[in-house]
Amino acid sequence: MPVKVLEEWFNACSGCEISILNMGDALVEMLSELEFVHIPVLMDHKYYGQTGEGSQVEIPEADIAIVSGGIRNEEHKELLEEIRKKCKTLIALGSCATNGGIPALANMWTKDEALKNIYSTITTDSASPPDRVPAWLDRVFAVDEIVKVDIYIPGCPPHPKNIADALTAVLKGESWSLPERSVCDTCPTIREKKASSGTIKRSLENADFDPEKPIDQMRCLMEQGFICLGPVTRAGCRGDSDAPRCIKARIGCRGCFGPIRKGARPMVDMMGAWSSIGLNAQAVPDRRALLNRFIGAHNNLRPLPKR
Amino acid sequence: MGKTLTIQPVTRIEGHAKVLIELDDNGNVADAKMAIVALRGFEQFCIGRAADEMPRIVNRICGICPWSHHLASNKAVDKVYGVTPPPAGEKLRRLMQHLSWIPDKILHFYFLAAPDFIMGPDADPSVRNVLGVLKSNPDLGMKVVKMRQLGSMLIENFAGKVIHPAAGVPGGFSKPMTEAEREELLKGAEELLEFAKFSIDLAKKDIFPKYMDLIENVGVIKTGFIGTVSEDGSWEIYDGKLRMMKADGSYEDFSYEQYTDYIAEHVEPWAYVKFPYAKRWGEFALEFDNPTIYRSNCLARINVCDKMPTPLAQAELEEFREKFGRPCQYTILYNYARLIELLCNAESAVALLKDPEITDRNVRTKVEPQAGRGVGCVESLQGTLIHDYEADQNGLITRVNLIVGSTHNAAPMNLSVKQAAQALIQGGNYDQGLLNKIEIVIRAYNP
Ligand code: SF4
Ligand code: SF4
Ligand code: SF4
Repeated sequence: MPVKVLEEWFNACSGCEISILNMGDALVEMLSELEFVHIPVLMDHKYYGQTGEGSQVEIPEADIAIVSGGIRNEEHKELLEEIRKKCKTLIALGSCATNGGIPALANMWTKDEALKNIYSTITTDSASPPDRVPAWLDRVFAVDEIVKVDIYIPGCPPHPKNIADALTAVLKGESWSLPERSVCDTCPTIREKKASSGTIKRSLENADFDPEKPIDQMRCLMEQGFICLGPVTRAGCRGDSDAPRCIKARIGCRGCFGPIRKGARPMVDMMGAWSSIGLNAQAVPDRRALLNRFIGAHNNLRPLPKR
Repeated sequence: MGKTLTIQPVTRIEGHAKVLIELDDNGNVADAKMAIVALRGFEQFCIGRAADEMPRIVNRICGICPWSHHLASNKAVDKVYGVTPPPAGEKLRRLMQHLSWIPDKILHFYFLAAPDFIMGPDADPSVRNVLGVLKSNPDLGMKVVKMRQLGSMLIENFAGKVIHPAAGVPGGFSKPMTEAEREELLKGAEELLEFAKFSIDLAKKDIFPKYMDLIENVGVIKTGFIGTVSEDGSWEIYDGKLRMMKADGSYEDFSYEQYTDYIAEHVEPWAYVKFPYAKRWGEFALEFDNPTIYRSNCLARINVCDKMPTPLAQAELEEFREKFGRPCQYTILYNYARLIELLCNAESAVALLKDPEITDRNVRTKVEPQAGRGVGCVESLQGTLIHDYEADQNGLITRVNLIVGSTHNAAPMNLSVKQAAQALIQGGNYDQGLLNKIEIVIRAYNP
């Protein structure tokens, strides 16, 4: 009997779904064991029946539910609660689902303030924000702030290999999680435990490297003085390749896989990492949002009191 | 009393939408709407961020066209900081734009749209999808999967990340291309070009001729169009000027900065999405033949350009225009225009990879944070992207205005849905296959 799978997206960008499709061959091979019962990006299953006459959301039963995106509005919340009732294993896919993701930067403002500003940009005809739409909740929530999550696949987006590994484990009845290691632990750059300059550099110029030489002959970007959040970010983005994804592009990590372990404090830990190699962090602009860029749910980001 | 049908979610599209169809007592369509019911709020939460970080934040607007948002943002920040990237930096960005569209076009055509035509619009929903195509047509299915994988791998090997990239940077590109990388990419791009030729031939022979009745009658509306063209009026997706064409084929060209003279956005209480309209051409109303309503995405680009910049795509454009005229208003033919663009992107990528300058080592001009404003535009799959930023003297963002590809089509999609519903549903007769035809119209626009 194939394992029934449902997939749904909430406050998401569709990148996580494209990452599922980017499994390519691996996904096609798995298809003999999986039966998708609901996946809006690929299949035509509807909430209110195929002719739209129903009055209650209908989600089919499934062994595995995969959800992407944080929880931003009332409809997301209802749908998520219904999905939790209908599935045995719930997988939170992508950093929006696991930690709020980039859209949770909105948690730095109150809901009303944000809506007012969004509907009064220079090209918007003056109007009040729409009110016959699924209302925004007070803030963006990670999936596990609303229901129990069984498996977390962080990343913005997760690497297709992470998804394949997690699904393979679940199909065998096992649990799965990324190891508690940092991006630096999987990064081949040369480290000398001290910085080559005293201040931290924004990404205003390219790193120093010889493009003809592999990554393992490039000096660590943080030690070159560039912002790189590798020390406080969970490893996993590299897949089977030779380096973390952004480092491969010779540019610093921004933390899209979230913290190394639950309860870690990237803000504090990163300040420590900088000072340990002699870098002065004062030059880093917008530190709070930078270090919480992908993890603004769980109350990591909130509106600052008005001055 | 009449009733309301709620088609939710609209499926095999990018994003969250629902269709509401109101039937009157006789079972005819009184009204029909398509509402986009998602809002994340980038225009708010980008405020306070460093401008040089923006390209790595706003790419998250869309997981299907992250490169286009990434590049529009880089261009906007170039202007805020007052820099011009070196030629090789511009060429690498342009190459990534063309290359990244290829797997996405394949995705749209074969995974999202084609199941309607290959399995049939009335096929059972359980097989009317790419999984059904894979089962019924395994050779084609596997070929498509392989080609998408090839396109993504090429980008990932060179630029690290294929979804939500980081390699475009203010001032240029984060790394030059080596000769070995160029050779690998060129080989792959040539293979993709062959597949593009195969795809358009397949569609012209086996798909479109079978569905002419649907194409000519369902979802058809009369609107204007928006797109980017180069100085000489050629089809362009990375850098040029904007062109808005009226339904009668006359048009006006303007620079990115002038966009506020041409476009405004209307707000409806029942949708989070804003409805951009051509404010220069009249008062907005969500009504058939309203002169302010225009469309974006591939059909719009194919309509507004005078010619295609590559030989095979130009031959296809001539054939298309001969059959359907300029501008072509048949909504379902977005699928045809998409394949002409697939071909053009593959040809353009191959040409760039044969340009000796592409491997030049100088790919980035150093930037310095400063106060200023920058408007950066590129085309995304779904249409013209407008990123308009202002920053303070530390380069921190103080104001953001975004008009993104899909929103240009918010109003016309609504009208196409209404036209389709009225044409198809009469006397209370409808079934899932017929309602799917309304979604076929939506899928033509998206992504
Ligand atoms: S985690 Fe990233 S890729 Fe996934 S939905 Fe969120 S923004 Fe998109
Ligand atoms: S700080 Fe960045 S470049 Fe240095 S080892 Fe860690 S991930 Fe690699
Ligand atoms: S290097 Fe960091 S930001 Fe880049 S993909 Fe990996 S975890 Fe994400």
